[in-house]
Formats: sequence, structure tokens, C-alpha cells
Amino acid sequence: MATQKDPLGTVIWVNGPVVRADTTQQAHMMEMVFVGKERLIGEVIRLRGAEAVIQVYEDTTGLKAGMPVFGTGAPLSVELGPGLVSTIYDGLQRPLARFIERSGPWIDRGGHFPALDRTRRWRFSPTAPVATMVKGGTILGTVQETLLITHRIMVPPRLEGRLSWLAPEGEYTVDEPIARLHTRSGEITVTMSSRWPVRMARPVRRRLRPSRPLLTGQRIIDALFPLAKGGTAMIPGGFGTGKTVMQHQLAKWSDADLIVYIGCGERGNEMTNVLREFPHLEDPKSGHPLMERTILVANTSNMPVAAREASIYTGLTLAEYYRDMGLDVAVMADSTSRWAEALREIAGRLEEMPAEEGFPAYLGTRLAEFYERAGLVQTLSGEQGSLSIIGAVSPPGGDLSEPVTQQTRRFVRCFWALDRELASARHFPAIQPVDSYSEYAQDLITWWIDQEPDWARFREQVVDLLRRDRRLQQLVKLVGEEALPDEQKLALHGARLWREAFLQQSAFEAVDRYTTTRKQLAMMRVLHHWYHQASELIKRHIPFYRLAELPVNERIMRMKLIPNEEVDTILQLIPTITAEMDALARSMQV
Amino acid sequence: MRRLSGTACRGLQELRGPLLVIEGVSGIAYGEMVQVRDTHGELRYGRVLEVRPEAAVIEVFEGTAGLGLEDTTVQFLGTTFELGVSSDMVGRVFDGLGRPNDGLPAPPAVAWRDINGRAINPLARDYPREFIQTGISAIDGMNSLIRGQKLPIFSAAGLPHNELAAQLIRFAKLPGEPQRFAIVFGAMGIKHDEAELFRETFAISGLQKVVMFLNLADEPSIARIITPRVAMTAAEYLAFDLGMHVLVVLTDFTAYGEAVREIATGKGEIPSRKGYPGYLYSDLASIYERAGRIEGLPGSITLVPILTMPNDDITHPIPDLTGYITEGQIVLDRNLFRKGIRPPVNVLPSLSRLMKDGIGAESTRSDHAHLANQLYAAYARAGQVERLAAIVGEEELSAVDKRYLAFGERFEREFVAQGVNEDRSITETLDLGWRMLTELPKEELTRVTEEEIKEHLP
Repeated sequence: MATQKDPLGTVIWVNGPVVRADTTQQAHMMEMVFVGKERLIGEVIRLRGAEAVIQVYEDTTGLKAGMPVFGTGAPLSVELGPGLVSTIYDGLQRPLARFIERSGPWIDRGGHFPALDRTRRWRFSPTAPVATMVKGGTILGTVQETLLITHRIMVPPRLEGRLSWLAPEGEYTVDEPIARLHTRSGEITVTMSSRWPVRMARPVRRRLRPSRPLLTGQRIIDALFPLAKGGTAMIPGGFGTGKTVMQHQLAKWSDADLIVYIGCGERGNEMTNVLREFPHLEDPKSGHPLMERTILVANTSNMPVAAREASIYTGLTLAEYYRDMGLDVAVMADSTSRWAEALREIAGRLEEMPAEEGFPAYLGTRLAEFYERAGLVQTLSGEQGSLSIIGAVSPPGGDLSEPVTQQTRRFVRCFWALDRELASARHFPAIQPVDSYSEYAQDLITWWIDQEPDWARFREQVVDLLRRDRRLQQLVKLVGEEALPDEQKLALHGARLWREAFLQQSAFEAVDRYTTTRKQLAMMRVLHHWYHQASELIKRHIPFYRLAELPVNERIMRMKLIPNEEVDTILQLIPTITAEMDALARSMQV
Repeated sequence: MRRLSGTACRGLQELRGPLLVIEGVSGIAYGEMVQVRDTHGELRYGRVLEVRPEAAVIEVFEGTAGLGLEDTTVQFLGTTFELGVSSDMVGRVFDGLGRPNDGLPAPPAVAWRDINGRAINPLARDYPREFIQTGISAIDGMNSLIRGQKLPIFSAAGLPHNELAAQLIRFAKLPGEPQRFAIVFGAMGIKHDEAELFRETFAISGLQKVVMFLNLADEPSIARIITPRVAMTAAEYLAFDLGMHVLVVLTDFTAYGEAVREIATGKGEIPSRKGYPGYLYSDLASIYERAGRIEGLPGSITLVPILTMPNDDITHPIPDLTGYITEGQIVLDRNLFRKGIRPPVNVLPSLSRLMKDGIGAESTRSDHAHLANQLYAAYARAGQVERLAAIVGEEELSAVDKRYLAFGERFEREFVAQGVNEDRSITETLDLGWRMLTELPKEELTRVTEEEIKEHLP
């Protein structure tokens, strides 16, 4: 990054990550600057007269008044090009591996590393016809970035002109020219890498209405609260309710082409876990290691606060870049609350007037800007791409009425509320099945009915049972289960069966952690059949306790452990249910 | 503490709570250490909290009582707070700022380390997966401690958290490994007799490799901000320079949080919840996240912070933020304590996030995960039944529910409760768990496999 030789000004005031500088040259809002002798990375966030307020993305200990501040003339931006996938970056897109080379296992400040490897050569295959008009988004050629990602080299947005030269098939570094454009403002050389400011959404041709599910292999999500490709979801939950395990599950098993996982202000060991685990896990679609389709952005809780704020935008911009290639990209942000807290801390140090709980009044605006970068789109090159965002929220004390949860709810369409009581009973995923919702369920119904004409009936049954269960549980608390009529006992039992046999899913059992759509549908069919048949029997006054004793019940409980490939074994439970219930009915009539 | 000469200035602008404002100084570094000399020549230490044009705001660790605006001298030391570390620290007692407290001279320093530490690169971490046997069933069986983990004890006033910590310190071991073990103990605002209990524990159990940093209840509260940081700095040296397995016990984080709040309020910062500053999460993380393992280095830091939940409230900012950073928590419960269950560990809200990777056939036993899961589910159900019984009466319960009630009772009395000198092996703990399950009908045991039932259920 180009730095101006003369300083922009000098430091006059230091308070944690917030620094004020007295400027002698013009600075620009959101301009990236370097502060002090160690050239700490910062960003101009306020200008008044000669005073510039800078948020510094690194630890400011040791910074003195009088030290220089250098401008760069450009906003905080990320570098885009082949080599991003499988890399782990910090919140400012510095590869964490480079820090190890520089300072060993601990992160030292003042590191300036390029995001992409300057020496690595990539095999470029040209695809665009020379001498035609091209513009932002036009695909010039491809690079096989990893086994799973075919990287499309695009004309950067906003450029337009005649393609006068395109490099022949061959190996190039990210700095070597691969194309030349004859534009109105002259001849422009294009390389495989480009830059984009993180706080600005990348342009698309138009936005489309989400219509395909992002299949996650997680039964409670796919069946009850589905997310669409290009959709937004939030996972609020107190500590220990399983937010991170769930984010990991989604990162592992979602049928997206690329995952950007942002660890924002969370535990170091969690990122380490991803790093150790993903290379050994296989993508269910292709069988290749998951790392081949993953980018990690890690700004753990003990890394500088301001960089936490930047990490979210860094991750989003990387995701948008791959979406522009026509891929389905999913972003997991864990946790957006830490990002909001970083906003609060900076606002506090600027002595801004706080709104709720000390958060700045613009919290809602920032959250809206963030989630609105999701969507199913037609890219500049005319293809379909999608960007889905799943944000974890960590409400203080598990209280969902706090500002970050409430503000986020306004801008997302899936609400997967995690429940402490379910988590305490080790019922995972601890998604509260009555309070949670997905506004995509309606949009996706046609897709599901194409897979299984009875789908709507299955779903209706489970939703209805769970709702009745909640009401009946109130009653049970007063009079005990024994006092209820058989019909209500059956409803309670049916809800329990759905919950334990279907909704509950282990993230750690090899068979159970990922369920194919076919297996999910088979399981739903079995449960639907059981309850439907059982209701008939209750209507014929067969006592409930005899139904509860049927041997098939335990096999239904354990059907989740039948491998995805053996769907027929699951479906065989249906004739077994019919047979056992018929036998029971016959025996009672005698 | 390293002594360096730097600029000395006389005359202050303002004194407010633990803070001091001095004007007419330049070239001050953010976070720089200062020495404050009062009119009698007594020395105190402080740190620069804010650099302003030609001025600085300083927090004084020993408090500002007795200081005057005109007769106080402030000397800027030109360096951040550093601790001199060496292997001779082992066996010694220091005050909350890292100065010898046992009447002996300071051990000669081999190296000087900034007490704020540096963040461990997530890429350089080694994922913790070695099971530590603590001899306590409620921990080993249900919330296993893993080497390199940070696992706090959430307690409350009057509950025996110190007893539990002492028991854990005495019996914690890695089955079948020679010990290169050291303990770093940091006390923040605890009472004299509490400190004495730990001192005795260390003496009785013959633990010689102990480093103690004590800031007791009647000592200056601001120094508490430094205590956990010097303790972690010493631990890092022992673990990552000398290759020892270090168990760090820090108590009481509630007193620490209050000291942070005191300074924030003094500076006139905008508070978030209950008057605590918005950056408390990051501040706590900067201490807790120093625990762990590093790839290629032999040592480890396992951290057991202890905190007392004000008014037994787990949603209070200190336990709440701690729970978001640490890898689980052991929660003590007043109701269990009243029932006479010792240690009163409530396993339901307790959690060990690293347990799943540290247990199993290679380290504990292949049935461990399923058994723990089953015990959890059953105990949770027992709790629901108990609440129901309180309303409808025990007679109205179904036959199955009655058995859950009996299970819950027995689980608390026999599995959770154990004597302070009772050191249970992991096999004993697991077998005991299976014995508890005999209280339930076999059809209810859906979290364990049929093979496991055949093999282990008595």
C-alpha cells in the first residue's frame, strides 16, 4: 500500500484505540493511516478543523504525543484474487501465518503483510474473446484456486473498455498483467488481483427473491426453520447454549460453494479447533477437505478491539467477491455482539451520546447495512450468485430484550433462538422450537413439495404438536401428566418423539451430525405415520399406555443413527408401525 | 519492578479517586509506568491511562490517599509495567504488584516481561485434549477439565469454592505421567483466612512449586488490576520458557471487576451494564485468553478463575462475561449446599466445552461421553419432576416420574457429594455413574447404546 512520505500530522491525544492527531495536510474520512513509529494501522473516523480522530486497529501502548501519522490516500480495503481460499486472516486481512514467521507464537503489532502470496504462480486459462467490449464483472478467464473453487478472474467493477490483449494460457503471479483494456481514459492493465474498500458493498446487476434453500443437513433448520440461499439468520443465545457449535455445524455441512467464517471477538481455541478439524473433514458434496472451500477471518477476544469492528467488513467483502463469480457463499459471523461492543467502546471513547445500554444511536443503521449485503443476486456478468449471512448474537445474561438482539431482529428473516433450559438438558441443537421462526419457510415451500409432495403435511404436524405441547406443559405443571386424557397424553408423547427422534441432533456423532434431505424426509414420514396411526387408535379408545409400550417406539428413537445411505431401513419402520398397531388394536377388541 | 530513570515532574493538576492528572509534560507514552513520591518520600506506582496535549491521566495502584497537588513528584519511567521473571520465583510469595512479600529480596530477573502479554496467534495454538483427573466426580465425570483449558468456578458468598479449589489443586493429575507441575496462585481482594487456607493446602500436599501473588481485601483495590496480569506473566514464563504444566488459580474476579469499574467511573466513562465499562469483556479476555497450549512448546497453562456471583445471580456482568470467554464453568449452588451436598456443584448449568475432545477410549473410557449425556438428561428430567412434585404432590406422579425423583436424589447424595479427602479415579467415577442409572427403567436410557448398557449397567 502506498504511503505518503510526509506525515499527515502528529499525535496529540491517546485513549486506548482512539487517537487524535493534529493534521497539517488534508485527511479524508475513512482514510487508512499509519500511526507512530511502528506504523500501526488506523482509520480516520472524524474530522474537525485540523483535528483528525483515528481508530487504531492495534494496541496503542507506548504511543506518544508528537509521533507522526502517515496517510495512504485510500480507504481501508482488502485485496482480492486467487489465494484467498484456505487462508486464515486477522481482521485486517493479514495472513496469520506471516505473524508466526515474524514473531513466533505471539502476535506482535505493526505487522504489514500482503494478503496474497506475491511469488506463487497460478495457472490462468483465458476465456474472454479479445477485441470485444468488456466491463466490470466480465469474466476474463479462470484459475483453479483449490480442488473445490474455480476462481473467475473478472474485470474490476467500474471499468469498461475494449479488451485489447489477453494473456495466453500460462502461469502468472497476482502482480503480472493478464489483460489490457482500452478505455476512455487510456490503456489500463489488469492483473489477477484487485482491491476493494471494505465498507462499500460490491455492485450487482439486480437483486432477486430467494427461492432455493441453503441445505444445512441440520434437521431442525432444514425442516422447521429453513434458510434460503441469499438469506439472513441470527442465532441468539446465552453462553453455553451452543452458538459456536451450531455455526461450526453450518460451516461444515451447508451446501454453499464457499464459506467465510468470521471469528469476531471469540475464543482462540475455537478458531484453532476449526483449523485443526476442517482439513480432515470432507465436504459431503464432493468428498474433498472442507478447508478447500473455507476462508477464515480470526480476530479473537484478546486481539485489538477496533480490528474486531473491521473484521466483519473484511469477511463480507471477501464473500461478495466470490459471490460475483456466481457462487453460493455463506458467511458465519461469530459473534456480532462483540462487533457491536467494539462500536460501543469506540463511541464511548469519543464521548458520543449513548442510546440504549451505552450503545451508540447508529447501532441499528450499522446492523442494517451489514445484513443488507446478503442476497440472491444477478451478478454484473449476468450469473446468479448468493450471499447468505448467519450471525451469532451473545445477549448479556441471555436476555433477548437487549439492544443488539432486538435491533438485529429487525433486519434478519430467520430467528433461531437458543434456549438455556434445552442446553442444560443437553438437548442440542438447543433451538427453541416455538419462539424461533423463519420467514423463508413460505418462500421455499414449492422447492420442498417438488422433493416430497407430502412435505407440507409432515411439517404441519410437527409445528402443531410442538405448539400444543407448550400449552399442555403448562397444564402438566399444575395437575401432572397422569391426570390428562389419553388424547392429550398422546400429543405430549408425539411432541416428545418428534423432539428427541428428529429435532435433537448430535454435532459429534459421525452418522448423526449431517442428515441428507432424503433421510430427513424418510424420518418425517415415519414420525408422521406413527402419530397419525396412534391418533386413530386413541379415537377407538385403545388406552395410551399400551401405545407407549410398543417395541417400535424405541427403534424410532434410534433411527437417527441409521446411515444416510440406508434410507430404506428407515422407511421399513412404517410397515412395522402399522403391524404393531394393528396387532394391538386386534388384541384389545378381543 | 524494573527501576529506570525518566522525567520527574512536580505539581499536579487534579486528584480524583485513584486518578491523578498532571499537566505541562510531553513525550509521555500511553500505558507508561510512573513512580509517584509523596511528601514523606514514600513511593507508589501508577500507569498512564490517557495521553492529552501536554498532559497525562494516571491511575495510582496504591490509591491517592495522602497525596497533595503541590508536594507530589511524578516520575515517568519510560517503560510499560514489566515483571522480572526467573525460575527462582517458584516457592516465593509476592504482593499484588509482583514485589516480594515474604521478607526475602527479589529474585534476580532472567528476563523482563510486559505484564499485559501478547495475544497468542490462533494459528500457533495447540488444541487442548489431554484429560486432567481432578478426583472429583462432578468435574471428571460430567465436566472434565482439560490441560490448557480455562474453566472458572462460579460461586457465591458463603459457598465452599475455596474448599473445592483446594481439593482440585491437591488431586489434579494426568493419569500415569511424571509431574512437571507448578501452581501460580493470584489473590485479588480475598480475606486473610482464605489466603491462609490455600497456603496450608500447598504446604500439606507437599506442593513446592508454587508462586503466590497476594492482594488481600484490606490492600489497595486498584492494585488488583495488576495482580492477575503479573500472575499470568509468571505462568507464561514457567509454561512456555521452562516447559512446565502450570495450573493458575485466580480468585476473586468479582473483586477484580469492581476495581476496573472504580477506575472507569473515576475517569467519567460512559457505563454499560451495572456501571461496568463497555470494555470489561475485552479486559477479561486479555487475561483469560493467555491460558492454553502452543504448538511445539512443551508446557501449558490451565486456568481456574474463581468468582463470586453477587446475589447468586449468574446473569451479573462478571459471571456472564466470564462465561462467554472461558471454556465452560463449574457452578456452585446454594440449594445443594443447604441440602448438605459437598461440593455443591450443580452439573446442569455447569459445562466443559473442551470435554468432548479430551475424553473417550484413549484417555478415559469409550462410554464416557454417552454416560455423561445420559446422566445430564436424566438429572434435568429429575429436576422437572421435583418441581412438579412440589405442586401436585409426590403421589400424583407417574411410576416413571417417581423413579426419576429417586434417581435425582441418589445422584446428588452419592455421585456429586464426596468427602474433601476422597480422590476418585475416573473409572470409579464412571462406574458410580452407571450405578446411579440402575434407578431408572432401561427403556429410558436412550442416550447410551445397547452395547454400553450390556457392558456397564450393573
